[in-house]
Amino acid sequence: MSVKAPLPHDTAGLHVAGSARYIDDIPVPANCLHLAFGLSNEARGVITGADLSAVRAAPGVITVLKATDLPHENDVSAAAHDEPLLAQGEVFYHGQPIFLVVATSHLAARKAARLANITISKRPAIITIDEALSANSRFEGEALVWNNGDAETALNTAPRNVEGSIEIGGQEHFYLESQAALAQPQENGDMLINSSTQHPTEIQHKVAEALGKPMHSVRVESRRMGGGFGGKESQGNALAVACAVAASQTGQPCKMRYDRDDDMVITGKRHDFRINYRAGFTKDGKILGVEFVHYARCGWAADLSLPVADRAMLHADNAYYVPAMRIESHRLKTNTTSATAYRGFGGPQGMLGMERVMDHIAHELKLDPAELRQRNFYASQKDTGPKQRTHYNQKVTDFELHEMLERLTDTAQYAARKKAVSDWNANNDILKKGLAFSPLKFGISFTLSHLNQAGALVHIYQDGSVHLNHGGTEMGQGLNQKIAQVAASEFGLPMERIRITATDTAKVPNTSATAASSGSDLNGMAVKNACNKLKKRIIRILSNHWETTQSDVIFTDGMVQIGHHSMSFDAAARLAYESRVSLSATGFYRTPKLSWDRLKGRGRPFYYFAYGAAITEVVIDTLTGENRILRTDILHDAGTSLNPALDIGQVEGAYVQGAGWLTMEELVWDTSGRLQTHAPSTYKIPTCADRPDVFNVALWPGENRENTIYRSKAVGEPPFMLGISAFLALSDAIAACGEIYPALDAPATPERILKAVNRVRLG
Amino acid sequence: MIWGVSGNAAGELMNITFLLNGETVALCDVDPTRTVLDWLREERGLKGTKEGCNEGDCGACTIILTHESDSQKAASAVNACIMLLPQLQGKAVRTIEGVQSAQGDLHPIQNAVIEHHASQCGFCTPGIVNSLVAAHMRGATDHDDVLAGNLCRCTGYAPIIKAANAAQAENVPEWLADIPDNLNITPNSCAPENADELAEWYMNNPHATLVAGATDVGLWLTKKLVEPRQIGFLNRCTDLQQIIERENDIWIGSGVTIDQVQRAVKARYPGFSGMLRYFASTQIRATASLGGNIANGSPIADTPPILIALGARLSLRRGDKRRVILIEDFYIEYGRQNLQAGEFIEGIIIPHQPDGLKVYKISKRFDQDISSVLGALNIIEKDGKVQAARIAFGGMAGVPKRAKAVETALIGRDWNRQTVEDAQTVFSHDFIPLTDVRASAEYRIEVAQNMLLRVWLESHGQTVSVREVTP
Repeated sequence: MSVKAPLPHDTAGLHVAGSARYIDDIPVPANCLHLAFGLSNEARGVITGADLSAVRAAPGVITVLKATDLPHENDVSAAAHDEPLLAQGEVFYHGQPIFLVVATSHLAARKAARLANITISKRPAIITIDEALSANSRFEGEALVWNNGDAETALNTAPRNVEGSIEIGGQEHFYLESQAALAQPQENGDMLINSSTQHPTEIQHKVAEALGKPMHSVRVESRRMGGGFGGKESQGNALAVACAVAASQTGQPCKMRYDRDDDMVITGKRHDFRINYRAGFTKDGKILGVEFVHYARCGWAADLSLPVADRAMLHADNAYYVPAMRIESHRLKTNTTSATAYRGFGGPQGMLGMERVMDHIAHELKLDPAELRQRNFYASQKDTGPKQRTHYNQKVTDFELHEMLERLTDTAQYAARKKAVSDWNANNDILKKGLAFSPLKFGISFTLSHLNQAGALVHIYQDGSVHLNHGGTEMGQGLNQKIAQVAASEFGLPMERIRITATDTAKVPNTSATAASSGSDLNGMAVKNACNKLKKRIIRILSNHWETTQSDVIFTDGMVQIGHHSMSFDAAARLAYESRVSLSATGFYRTPKLSWDRLKGRGRPFYYFAYGAAITEVVIDTLTGENRILRTDILHDAGTSLNPALDIGQVEGAYVQGAGWLTMEELVWDTSGRLQTHAPSTYKIPTCADRPDVFNVALWPGENRENTIYRSKAVGEPPFMLGISAFLALSDAIAACGEIYPALDAPATPERILKAVNRVRLG
Repeated sequence: MIWGVSGNAAGELMNITFLLNGETVALCDVDPTRTVLDWLREERGLKGTKEGCNEGDCGACTIILTHESDSQKAASAVNACIMLLPQLQGKAVRTIEGVQSAQGDLHPIQNAVIEHHASQCGFCTPGIVNSLVAAHMRGATDHDDVLAGNLCRCTGYAPIIKAANAAQAENVPEWLADIPDNLNITPNSCAPENADELAEWYMNNPHATLVAGATDVGLWLTKKLVEPRQIGFLNRCTDLQQIIERENDIWIGSGVTIDQVQRAVKARYPGFSGMLRYFASTQIRATASLGGNIANGSPIADTPPILIALGARLSLRRGDKRRVILIEDFYIEYGRQNLQAGEFIEGIIIPHQPDGLKVYKISKRFDQDISSVLGALNIIEKDGKVQAARIAFGGMAGVPKRAKAVETALIGRDWNRQTVEDAQTVFSHDFIPLTDVRASAEYRIEVAQNMLLRVWLESHGQTVSVREVTP
């Protein structure tokens, strides 16, 4: 069987040869036009004048479009209809597109876009969380509050309390391929779009609206992205719509790709949060109640902020049973770029809030932080008592972190290294080490339940080769390989007999975004469903052919066996074709068992949970705040892995990205709302040398208790949150400088670390 | 209508000849501001070279450059996005399309990347492969160093290192042998062949922008979108690329690349060469010149504080006239250097001296980052006393600046912790730093003070760098 095999990424051979095609690599007709946006240089104001004559006169410019030139809808929002493609009268953030240049080259369009004379009458801009709070600038009218039990009483009667606050910075996706789209006009006014998107159906929908056409007039293809991480769930809409409108007006193909700085200024990022907390607990560290207040900076438009903030609330427990919890979530509207989906989708922020609480309690009680965490874990799935419920009332039936913690602390030699770190710190004044454990429990399913569906289209050709499409998109995670492994296993075929081509709205309609880690869960099952339909048809034909019953049919090693009869798959396909049986089938899947009321915060939003655990060791320099990850050990639960090599790749990459979020990746806006870190020269993602010196990653050998595709588990987002262990280890190292709790904020840049060291040293 | 407008030509159009994937390419009427990346992708349709950031920070556009056999430079990985076509004159270029054989055999590194699952989205992969292939040709095996200029957002780098390790002992495939020695080159007047020609040309064209590595000017073109009136290219001036060890000093031509400087100063000043390992990236160091790093006048350039601390002098030339000044006198104030119209830096002279130099670079990230503070502390101790001290900092003022009050507080005093602590109090006499995106003023001053303590601790055998700690 090809599932469970550690096969390489299906297009690795193309990657290394430079022949994998991204949007900007697609050959285009010579008359292809290139687009660039003219951007607002104010964070908030009213456009009082727009003199575009110099733009129009610039070399290579074909036309320039303003909001009033758009033929139909001026909207590129995911759902809320609050995000115009081009600003209409007012601007709401620094970098908002105001006009669109259509020119003969990318560079000509970029140069011309800077020649406009736009006058904006400034209005007071709301940039920070505090400014939004004092202006009561928010989405949803008021804070969303979930109550489970009576947290206030639990806190007031608890023997011990801690309280505090943590600032959590946002994060730029920094997919290596910036956003890009290409629109090619077709006959009859139809439009073909190639887009670097995680959500082809949404692109189709927005382009159709913008052209005033039904969705069947727009076909969207997405072969691959050069990285997505959530940043291409909704942020590609603007480029695709711009290209479609310009292509429709000029009758020529139109391409747009953001220059990196434009990409970083225009597009959304991870939400930055402030989380205030108060927790009550017993003397031996058992949590009795927690109150959280989440402040999420959402930016100027709703985008996906509400479900992101919801998911932060849903992960406020992380892996711990909290008898009473109250969470208040403020979704603040600011004049900054609209924060959007990013790997973990609010989960990391919510989880970090709870890990801060655990860290703080452990420090307060001088208890081993791993031990304290285990005391508060949900009961093991092996526990025979009644199942505990989360703060949103979902039963936790598959909890396996007790066993994972035991295994990981053993293989990582946690106890011995804890002692070694403590000895080191006793003997070193300048360089301090820290060691920390962090667990994760991540809920799998879209919390907007109707999105939990997927479709597939599988063809068997008369030579027995198989071609398939599904609704998921390939952004590097190896989804197509996993899906091909499913199809190859179902048909008993070698991998080279399966071909998956670009995700295409004309092949599989009404797809959900490839997001929420759902890609292989949903699409794998849809493909399996289609394969099963086709297998049934082949079995019927072969049973008739050999006049035998349909029991004991095996598809294996390129053969189909019924009882003692056997035929090659290729011959069976040929026979089915000649028997005039359809060798094409659609497949469909919907996730079972879900029910969720987001306003009340009650129900079962998740089909199951994925688990993971990490132990990270760091060293800091107390003279400069410089720091480094020395060693990381990870045990991650991918269920019965569909492809262990790809899954380990997801875990390693996610950890480094998560650690980057909480350490060196710092977004800085100035007081006028201008993003100052708009290029890799100033915004630093981890480089090669920033990975842990020793990096041990293993998969937990457990199968999913729920009936997922081959009992695997989703793996895209969860391991991102293992990076929290790096942040906690830094905090541990700082704590070694004195008595008081470091209360470190994120990202823990050298400067923040030095500040915390000084605070702790002063006591 | 003009198709494919790529900027107005800056000055004369040029003739450029080079090898591309083993074949001679001779171009006429080249716009001197055209980047190699743009030309490769848009003109030649070689789409394997990617644009990730367009400013030399991500490495997705990495290509392999082979120099003339007498240049004493091995194969280099360089960034095509901020390299201008005229810089290819007389060189050989390999893009990812030319890394495999004509018959389609993959390079051992390409095979290893596949086997070790070292690509995910694949967009950074051609650049990563090219960096590793160039390193493999040079025999370099410090893969963290080799890849410091290649960002990958997917893999976490671990599998890339596994692939690099797995392939490092393999032979260099014969199809990669490029020797660009017999190219028929037509000289261009704006690309003089030696310093004398340059001096004359620059006197006649004093408003031209001089370009050596283009690692700074490249960004003016790709990001600021400026159109220089005229560019003078220094890459053909091989006499400016010489390093001469003399009796009392070392003379480094202004066109010497940072990686050559790194090798040249390693024996005498390991602190200098050690810091240069963290100067930008392998790609930038192979291209950027020492003269450029000095001449652009940036207050955060990494080499000037070191050169100030070493008492280096600049040899400036204008036509036939030469003058020699201390490098610290070159920096007048932010954006203003001691340089006349038509004058250029010909060489940098570092006097021989006992090595007391410690260099500390502080940034948010160790690799490929701009310093928040760079300290160069040249302190000579004799018989327990500070005999001499030349100390300079970058990132602490509008120019790279000497810490004279700190020096005064040290010289002649006992080399002990009390002296260090006393000297720490006078940093505010020398510097009033700024708060910016990289660091606050408070952090800068504190870290600068702590660097002095670090020197003292280091002189007493303490481990002071997190980079030296092993798990």
